[in-house]
Amino acid sequence: MTRMTMIEALRSAMDVALNTDPNVIIFGEDVGYFGGVFRCTAGLQAKYGEERLFDTPINESAIVGLAVGMAAQGMKPCVEIQFADYVFPAYDQITQEAARLRHRSNGQFSCPLVVRMPTGGGIFGGQTHSQSPEALFTHVAGLKVVIPSTPHDAKGLLIAAIEDPDPVIFMEPKRIYNGPFYGDHSGKSVPWSDHADSEVPEGHYTVPLGKAAIRRSGADVTVLTYGTMVYVTEAAVKEAGVDAEIIDLRTLLPLDLETIVASVEKTGRCVVVHEATRTSGFGAELMAEVQEACFWHLRSPIQRVTGWDAPYPHAQEWDYFPSSARIARALTSAMED
Amino acid sequence: MAAKKTTQKAAAKSNVSGEELTQYYRDMLLIRRFEEKAGQLYGMGLIGGFCHLYIGQEAVVVGLEAAAEEGDKRITSYRDHGHMLACGMDPNGVMAELTGRIGGYSKGKGGSMHMFSKEKHFYGGHGIVAAQVPLGAGLAFADKYKGNGRVTFTYFGDGAANQGQVYETFNMAALWKLPVIFVIENNQYAMGTAQQRSTSTKDIYHRGEAFGIPGEIVDGMNVLSVKEAGEKAVMHCRAGKGPYILEVKTYRYRGHSMSDPAKYRTREEVQKMREERDPIDQVRDMLLTGKHASEDDLKAIDKEIKAVVNASADFAKESPLPDVSELWTDIYAEAEVQ
Ligand SMILES: Cc1ncc(C[n+]2csc(CCOP(=O)(O)OP(=O)(O)O)c2C)c(N)n1
Ligand SMILES: [Mg+2]
Repeated sequence: MTRMTMIEALRSAMDVALNTDPNVIIFGEDVGYFGGVFRCTAGLQAKYGEERLFDTPINESAIVGLAVGMAAQGMKPCVEIQFADYVFPAYDQITQEAARLRHRSNGQFSCPLVVRMPTGGGIFGGQTHSQSPEALFTHVAGLKVVIPSTPHDAKGLLIAAIEDPDPVIFMEPKRIYNGPFYGDHSGKSVPWSDHADSEVPEGHYTVPLGKAAIRRSGADVTVLTYGTMVYVTEAAVKEAGVDAEIIDLRTLLPLDLETIVASVEKTGRCVVVHEATRTSGFGAELMAEVQEACFWHLRSPIQRVTGWDAPYPHAQEWDYFPSSARIARALTSAMED
Repeated sequence: MAAKKTTQKAAAKSNVSGEELTQYYRDMLLIRRFEEKAGQLYGMGLIGGFCHLYIGQEAVVVGLEAAAEEGDKRITSYRDHGHMLACGMDPNGVMAELTGRIGGYSKGKGGSMHMFSKEKHFYGGHGIVAAQVPLGAGLAFADKYKGNGRVTFTYFGDGAANQGQVYETFNMAALWKLPVIFVIENNQYAMGTAQQRSTSTKDIYHRGEAFGIPGEIVDGMNVLSVKEAGEKAVMHCRAGKGPYILEVKTYRYRGHSMSDPAKYRTREEVQKMREERDPIDQVRDMLLTGKHASEDDLKAIDKEIKAVVNASADFAKESPLPDVSELWTDIYAEAEVQ
């Protein structure tokens, strides 16, 4: 076990994958020589050579398109899209080629491909460097969508994603690359080394896709969340003084409904939290699922805390980004009968 | 010094007046000092997020603006401060946008990468690499449709030049003979990736040949060479002959953005460029050797520019933060808001 940041953990996962399977290759913008803008691949090109890890031109569409072709031949490409905000030129390749190759070839071909991308806000990135487009991918049959929230999970999930036989969209909450974020942007930043979940095993291990984790068990209300919001929710639970159960979904698609339902049946109350915009966000899906599965157990309306239905702002980031105070208010509302 | 010789040649050839030269000096110096100040404000935490400085590339926009006429359009990427200052936008409004204040061109909604001015026909700063290229052709289409004789300067980088939509645009622009000048600002790097790591050929402009678009290489460190090439391109477009490509070889002195330690190139490489090719020093030399200006004249200009830039920083610090309600304005036309 070593303490790692999420960046180090992701790097370690790619190191393990490159080491164990010669079919694994990694490419993307600035990932090779430069080591990635967030340093996730730093040092890996020197270790594995330019055949296994290389730079591409700024070509999101062709990066993913090439990866689909490689994957159809049994290779295991793990590509980086530098920011989730740049994925849109590749959306066509992801949704119409990667996601459906298995189905439309009647199972003759598959697409064991991972598309990694830093996602989310809280870094003062403005409208083209802060978005959370996960719902655009959870809407597509044939994809899996993963969002880790700890270094431990980041490594285990990324290895699992690379080994998975189907295309995985792997979204990395960049606000917590270097430490958990509890929503206090003016306070001192907390390093991962102070957090238990930065204990990362060396070598190979996996965290299974499709399994949520209970970050805090509680009896009063269930909070469904993922990524950076796990920590902001932890802060909110303290503020509100409720005995909440915090479920970190980790994989949005396929969704671990079993864990969710067991929790909501126990607590009878539910709050859904994400950074992404509200309308048609993944929270809407969560509310629908909980409502269908747990209707007779619910004691109050399901609450939802999200980013506003507005472009991600430059100047007013902290009015936009869901705060612990907003989540605490939702928790309090959920507790009213 | 080789640089000096070529600049003197260029000065003689293009027959620019001392007055014009002085104006280019002033315009380039404004950009340089403005960017230095932005860098300082960034360091002080007054500007946050992404901020891409234009230092080193000043001759490109100043030379091309010298070739433009009233009503011509310009559109560029996120490295946009120089373009805005060169087309006459107010330094106060630009700086205040960087600090995210209500006095900024986009009231703090856009930040460094996303500013616009209808008045100056500046169609933005765009954060997504190459996304502005088809837009530039669309602007040119609209001008052609209106028959107003205007041209559009569409700027993008060497890295952007590999995006697929650039070539979709080249084809359409050639097919429909759109009055658009594609300006490839080739500063040799796309973020941490040198051009030869990402691009199959050394020059990029000749890709236009495949679409029947003429183009040429331009010395982007020399404002007169840029102006001259710009005039040729403008004439081509205004004559209804369709698009033109200028691949302007330039160099950025600073990191890609403020957080870039620039480990992918040597200090010496940057130093050499600064010492031998600096666009502002070149014009300074021309002004002094041509006796168009004295050291004292230049000092006075420096002082003037410094005052303008300091005033913009003061404005940008004092302008209030936008109200929270601004989050929801300008998403739809007013009438549609419930
Ligand atoms: C679609 C997209 N992909 C990637 C990026 C990230 N990115 C921003 S600037 C840049 C390099 C662009 O280089 P170049 O076009 O040469 O312009 P320069 O920065 O040198 O002015 C990259 C990769 C982006 N903003 N948009
Ligand atoms: Mg460049």
